[in-house]
Amino acid sequence: MNEKAVKKNILKNPSFQAILTSLICIVIGLLIGYIVLLLINPAGAGEAIKTIILNFLSRSSSAAQMKALGNTMAKTAPLLMCALSICFCYKVGLFNIGAAGQYEAGACFGLYAALAWHMPWFVCLIVAAIAGAVIGAISGALKAYRNVNEVISGIMLNWIMLYLTNMMLNKVKDPTSPYTMKLSSTNKGALIPMAGLNTLFANNKTVTLAVPLAIIFAILIWVILSKTKFGYELKATGYNKEAAMYAGMKEKQNIIVTLAIGGALAGVGAAFLFLTGYQEWSTTQTSVPGMGFNGIAATFLGGLHPIGTIFASFFIQSITDGGALIDKSVYPSQISDLISSLIIYLCGFVLFFKHILNTAVSKRDTGGPNVNDVPVEPIADKDDKKEGGDK
Amino acid sequence: MVLLIQYTVIFASVLCLVALGGCFSEHSGVINLGLEGIMVMGALGGAVTMFLLPAGTSKIVIVVATTLAAILIGMIYSCLLAVASINFNADQTLIGTAMNLLATAAATVFVRAMNTSINPDNVSSTIQYIQEKKAFLKYVGKFEFNWFMLMAVILLVVSYFILYKTKFGLRLQACGENPQAADSVGINVYKMRWAGVLISGFLGGLGGIVYITAGVSEWKFEMGVAGFGFLALAVMIFGQWRPTKIALAALLFGLFRALSNVYTGIGFLAALHIPSTVYNMLPYIISIIVLAFTSKNSRAPKAEGIPYDKGMR
Repeated sequence: MNEKAVKKNILKNPSFQAILTSLICIVIGLLIGYIVLLLINPAGAGEAIKTIILNFLSRSSSAAQMKALGNTMAKTAPLLMCALSICFCYKVGLFNIGAAGQYEAGACFGLYAALAWHMPWFVCLIVAAIAGAVIGAISGALKAYRNVNEVISGIMLNWIMLYLTNMMLNKVKDPTSPYTMKLSSTNKGALIPMAGLNTLFANNKTVTLAVPLAIIFAILIWVILSKTKFGYELKATGYNKEAAMYAGMKEKQNIIVTLAIGGALAGVGAAFLFLTGYQEWSTTQTSVPGMGFNGIAATFLGGLHPIGTIFASFFIQSITDGGALIDKSVYPSQISDLISSLIIYLCGFVLFFKHILNTAVSKRDTGGPNVNDVPVEPIADKDDKKEGGDK
Repeated sequence: MVLLIQYTVIFASVLCLVALGGCFSEHSGVINLGLEGIMVMGALGGAVTMFLLPAGTSKIVIVVATTLAAILIGMIYSCLLAVASINFNADQTLIGTAMNLLATAAATVFVRAMNTSINPDNVSSTIQYIQEKKAFLKYVGKFEFNWFMLMAVILLVVSYFILYKTKFGLRLQACGENPQAADSVGINVYKMRWAGVLISGFLGGLGGIVYITAGVSEWKFEMGVAGFGFLALAVMIFGQWRPTKIALAALLFGLFRALSNVYTGIGFLAALHIPSTVYNMLPYIISIIVLAFTSKNSRAPKAEGIPYDKGMR
């Protein structure tokens, strides 16, 4: 009897439910990915999906494993920043699909500061943050004062910034290739310091302070959202704009500030990638970088919680890197994009999964009325009221 | 100049079709941010059909088969939105975004797998349809008339008629304005919303194939449709959710999009020496400006984006 009660409590615990539903999304997403691989070529499908899931663990020696893990970590940092940007805005009721454009702005001005003005890394980082914040604030101002849907203005800004970045960085590109000049040869001071972290990952020089900094940002965002008055006001604005206004909060200003912070996070994300020397910006690219969109997957997979986002970002980056390792003569590497977009789609059903879970728990627990049927998560889960619709 | 008009008309056709698709979906109460993805899927269906049809197929068969394939795939894909947002009350913004990402990823995977299976060395995500595309074209003097232009005009008229002159259209709009009231007079809101989303799949899928045959004879599916679905949404908002105004808005946006294709051929524009990237940015910049001035007094359907809950009054 006692044991049963404990079990029930776990199943009703919102964080446990969030983790469980995320795992369900991952399993279904991977399953469909596996089926697609089977359809393309059944012979190597098992091996391919194993490579995608294991990523760095599929390397033979432990040194190679650590090096590959380092690469994944280096790219998780920017992804985490983009995910935090989207997570932060979503908590305030804004869907920041413009994170990709803010990321581009960060790359544009961060790299320009490094290559044209020869600034040290922390200055470049701040420049990138400001650039991202400005782009975010534009979306925010359009939303607050002109009632423009932030999703549509975000998409438009993504494309505008892509072309603008190509144009700007064309001035500091390597004369022989479409890529920007290498930081290691042009301005070593703009590389984010490694602080000895590289030694942990088989001397992988792309593992820098960016990794711990991104995690610190995640904790910071969590603290701001759940422990401060400022965060409470922002969430209140997202929950009910009118109510926030009547309670004396500056709802228009809050919208702009939120998207500016989101933009700054995404801008720093770009700096976390391009200032590690992991890769250079290609000035001929014709599509918006996927980092901002993968951030959406990481956000929702992380249960819309900054701390959950850390693990989700690592997972999404890991399957993306794993996808690059599969036999490209047989399978397209975009299979990872397919899996992560499927995961985003499935995250739309999270409320439904939770509903099933709650119904199942309350069915088993026949004694007494089910007062606690709906998980209590006041402002954060504003969609709760949609639950329990006609099925 | 003829070239500019030709490109304007064809891009306007795309925007008009897709915006009408968005219009039907939103009038039924579902925000369709997945139009971009639906376009990609429609384009994929059409392009693969053109690719697979044997050489020497008669023109009429090519036109009909390609169009139908694009429409069918578009409609099937739109079911993802319908199921999630109508039956499972999912967040429509999230689902739309997921559909856009999924469409590009799935199309790329599909085309690459197809290309590799034909030629193991070909790992590109490009489909070519140079010969087949000619079936759609008819030269009137220098003007390259495309059958899709005619389809767009017909569908525009039909859409207007359906929305305002039929019982179905008026009921559909009722579901987007006040679903509870619609339900109380015996309209099945769920069915109506399904219809709205499926029609948007129809028009979005068709718009997709028109877009990738406008001016080019091959398409790289990694690119998706370059934000065109969202431009169409901007057209829809600028057009105040009304077919006639949407058509005019589509012409305006089509003009700006066409400029980036043909500005080098127009004397005074080429003389200005504006970098080509500026022309590439132009449609997006214009749409932001236009939205800033038109969104304030939005005539959006009142209940759009809100999942219908029978128990809520």
